[in-house]
Amino acid sequence: MAEQKIKVLIAKPGLDGHDRGARVIARGLREAGMEVVYTGLRQTPEQIVRAAIQEDVDVIGLSILSGAHSYLFPEIMERLKKEGADDITVIAGGIIPEQDVGALKELGVKMIFNPGTSIQEVVDFIKKEIQG
Amino acid sequence: MEEILKGIKAGEERAVARAITLIENNPSERERLLQGLYPLARLPYLIGITGPPGSGKSTLSEKLIRAWRARGIRIGVIAVDPSSQSSGGALLGDRIRMGDVAVDQGVFIRSMATRGALGGLNPVVFDTVLLLSAAGYDYILIETVGVGQNEIDIVNLANTTLIVTIPAAGDEIQSLKAGLMEIGDIFVINKADLAGADRMVLTLEQMTALEGATEESWLPPVLKTIATSGEGLPGLIEGIDRHYQYINKYGLLEEKRKVIIKKQLISLLEKRLKERVLEPLIGSAEFKRAISRMLNFEEDPYTLVEKLLQEKGV
Repeated sequence: MAEQKIKVLIAKPGLDGHDRGARVIARGLREAGMEVVYTGLRQTPEQIVRAAIQEDVDVIGLSILSGAHSYLFPEIMERLKKEGADDITVIAGGIIPEQDVGALKELGVKMIFNPGTSIQEVVDFIKKEIQG
Repeated sequence: MEEILKGIKAGEERAVARAITLIENNPSERERLLQGLYPLARLPYLIGITGPPGSGKSTLSEKLIRAWRARGIRIGVIAVDPSSQSSGGALLGDRIRMGDVAVDQGVFIRSMATRGALGGLNPVVFDTVLLLSAAGYDYILIETVGVGQNEIDIVNLANTTLIVTIPAAGDEIQSLKAGLMEIGDIFVINKADLAGADRMVLTLEQMTALEGATEESWLPPVLKTIATSGEGLPGLIEGIDRHYQYINKYGLLEEKRKVIIKKQLISLLEKRLKERVLEPLIGSAEFKRAISRMLNFEEDPYTLVEKLLQEKGV
């Protein structure tokens, strides 16, 4: 029992109802030995941040296809900061246009994965980020 | 550590969450934490809920939490899911059904993987219960998938145990392990709008009646619910209330606690004895000599064990 496990929250903010990608990632991370909390569809920024704090995760992975990232991500990052939880690594994936990436990274989103990213790339990124 | 303890006393979620991670990951920090925590701990009311995947446990939990919150009760939830045996990872999905109770300030939900723990008293779950009680949660709900002995043992910590199942055609009894039948205080047939629900009620009632109800013993009720629509929920809440009154009337809350702390002390003693006596003994020259004597049929294992223990002064 005495072992360090990387714990990841996979959340889908916003209103689109497609979580296949999020589920594939969640499974892939589990297969890589991580403990993955999956919160399901249509999560508000408040729900995501509260879950991340209670679960004490190392990483939050946000999956978004609706295009509302420029509206939802700032709120999530702000709430994390307010709760003193901005040490949690935030990554994102889904459909995020190239021109928005810079602004999101400026907010503190560590990495944005485009469609076509392999699970191994995500696993490697998380391991490097958390375990150094 | 001081800071974490202060945070827990103040009911700060971040401190509580960090402390649970310490309990999960770090045995030596965990000991220091528990030493500081013990004077703050209280005797919480523990409700266990278990049943096969897809039986609607989480949806039922959400409905129960909502009803308890309306009474002003603060609730801690420990949702346990099995770790994958091949990868060691886990998919923890119990939050999916929690909806907006997950943002209620009086509710703390923590998902937890079993991490290959063997059966018996799971120290991580037990210590987390203590921690949540110290942080001021009145009811603690433990949710597990009722498939293995491990899960049964976890739910067995509870003061009131709900066994959730769904109507099944044919081999309905097969879907409930014998061990589950024995620990259930309330049986819930969820998704009771599916065919076969009434027959399932009847079968379960016949099985629980076999336990033989006397004046003081509890006859586990068999209740039908449809968690998604809320049908049958008032009856379930009333059933839990009745069981709570029952265990209080007969002092069973304290009695259960006594049984559990005795188990905890024994398992801690076993662990320390193993570390301090057994492991050094196995590494000793006498032990190697004993093995070779046995290999050559010079001396029997029973005599050798006594000799080894005597040499150690045990």
